[in-house]
Amino acid sequence: MLAPSNLSSGCDQAFDQRNLDWYIDKAVQVVVFMGGISAIIFIVGIFLFITKEGMGFLIDTLDLQEFFGSPYWEPSDEDAPEYGILALMAGTASVTGLAMLIAIPFSLGTAIYIAEFATGKTREWLKILVELLAAIPSVVWGFIGLTIMNPLIIELFDVPVGLTVLNAGIILGLMAAPIMTSIAEDALKAVPDRYREAAEAMGATRWQVVFKTVLPAAKNGLLGAILLGVGRGFGETMAVLMATGHAVNIPGSVFDSVRALTATIAAELGETAVGSDHYQVLFTIGIFLFLITFLINLTADLIVRGIRKS
Amino acid sequence: MNIASKEKPVKLAIRAKQLNLWYGTFQALFDVDLNIKKGMITSLIGPSGCGKSTFLRSINRINERLGYVRIDGSVEVFDQNIYAPEVELVQLRKQVGMVFQRPNPLPVSIRENILFGHKIHNKKSGNRQQQDEIVEQALQQVLLWDKVKDRLHHKATSLSLEEQQKLCIARLLPVKPRILLMDEPCSALDPKGTEAVEELIWELRGKYSILIVTHNMAQARRASEECIFMLMGKVVEHTPTNQMFVTPAQQETADYIEGRYG
Repeated sequence: MLAPSNLSSGCDQAFDQRNLDWYIDKAVQVVVFMGGISAIIFIVGIFLFITKEGMGFLIDTLDLQEFFGSPYWEPSDEDAPEYGILALMAGTASVTGLAMLIAIPFSLGTAIYIAEFATGKTREWLKILVELLAAIPSVVWGFIGLTIMNPLIIELFDVPVGLTVLNAGIILGLMAAPIMTSIAEDALKAVPDRYREAAEAMGATRWQVVFKTVLPAAKNGLLGAILLGVGRGFGETMAVLMATGHAVNIPGSVFDSVRALTATIAAELGETAVGSDHYQVLFTIGIFLFLITFLINLTADLIVRGIRKS
Repeated sequence: MNIASKEKPVKLAIRAKQLNLWYGTFQALFDVDLNIKKGMITSLIGPSGCGKSTFLRSINRINERLGYVRIDGSVEVFDQNIYAPEVELVQLRKQVGMVFQRPNPLPVSIRENILFGHKIHNKKSGNRQQQDEIVEQALQQVLLWDKVKDRLHHKATSLSLEEQQKLCIARLLPVKPRILLMDEPCSALDPKGTEAVEELIWELRGKYSILIVTHNMAQARRASEECIFMLMGKVVEHTPTNQMFVTPAQQETADYIEGRYG
């Protein structure tokens, strides 16, 4: 059994005795350490896998100028397939941009209300509701885009198609807003109360307290919240796939259908032959997406960390 | 206890009448009657939890941010009841400035800290040159100008605690308050800082009516002209400072001053 055997050493208390607690402590340390680094191992593993699948093609065959500069995405053309992601980038950028235009005012407004104005039960309920909204699966949002927003847009604006930049932008904006609200609210909460008290004691109204004291003090955290929203927008796949119309197109207005980078991978990867050019170019898009979201999240993280320190 | 009645009619800065105050169901002040004279430094002493800070914080009504404060009786500031329903807190706080226990400069530059109150209370906040003058004047008054004049754009939070507390006093001045409330202004400072801030407070005597809460009896003795002793939410004694420390009228006061509790 595990019972420590060295108890027999009698009454002289040696300092090198290891009892059961010592072994449990060591074991827990190892388990916790494994848990801690496993996330990193998985991420590095994923990155290596994507790189392995896409890198060879990226270096040997791919014409980078065509890849980034051409708006033609015709990977299944038998004679001369074209792999230009310009239109796809334009799709992702336009949808994310519109989403942020919607999400930033909504999320900051909600966060300011929850953190600075709401009290007691109202605040608790709002916080729970925001968390709840953040937990809605993206396919449900896509479903809303497809079945509710689509006919609504067709009717309201009298356009032939409702699956457009507008539709996806609104859906994505509503999706990103709760998580942005949550982080922005944390940033506002982190502003020490003595700043508010100082400003109020000098005769500032509540709006002046928020606008002149709390927001400047929380600006890094708020910027971090916005960047995380942008990261979310870039990476979102399912809702965008369902609501954009999935047509390769550089949009001229919000009523054009587009196709996003992520949605392209999701829709096409299953139909390509493993190892084919098409398969590999999709992985190259994956590398590209991974790098962008990684950069955005890293920046956001550094900014948020910056405020904690100061 | 009835010291106020034997006095000649003097101009009062603050007059509290039968002031009772509750935090939720906890009563913190009991029938407080106080007449605090204009242009003087009055100190409030007493053991922790005796209600001295509560009383101080009810004079600019900053207590109310807590939301569960209930009040009965009245407080008059220059003969106006500040608990009357038509009172605007912004106007009250323009007249009654406050310095807190922990220096709390705003996380902006030294210059912007000084101009904060000024900009709030004046729709036209003046041109650059006028603002520079305001900043210099305020900092001169708290004896901080020479130390910080070359770094007015540095963050105020980068100053030492003593300098921060002086800045917190300085930023009240451009608004031209008539009363300064100070809630243990030196308790976060080291002895040198305490001395410097006390000297500053003494300098401001006469120009402002100053009410200062302190834990430190030596400080009350050094830096105030009148002294109020509170215990368990009640006023025990209010006399000139030297009288209180030499011949306290009440047994509780004597016990506290001699350090038997508190």
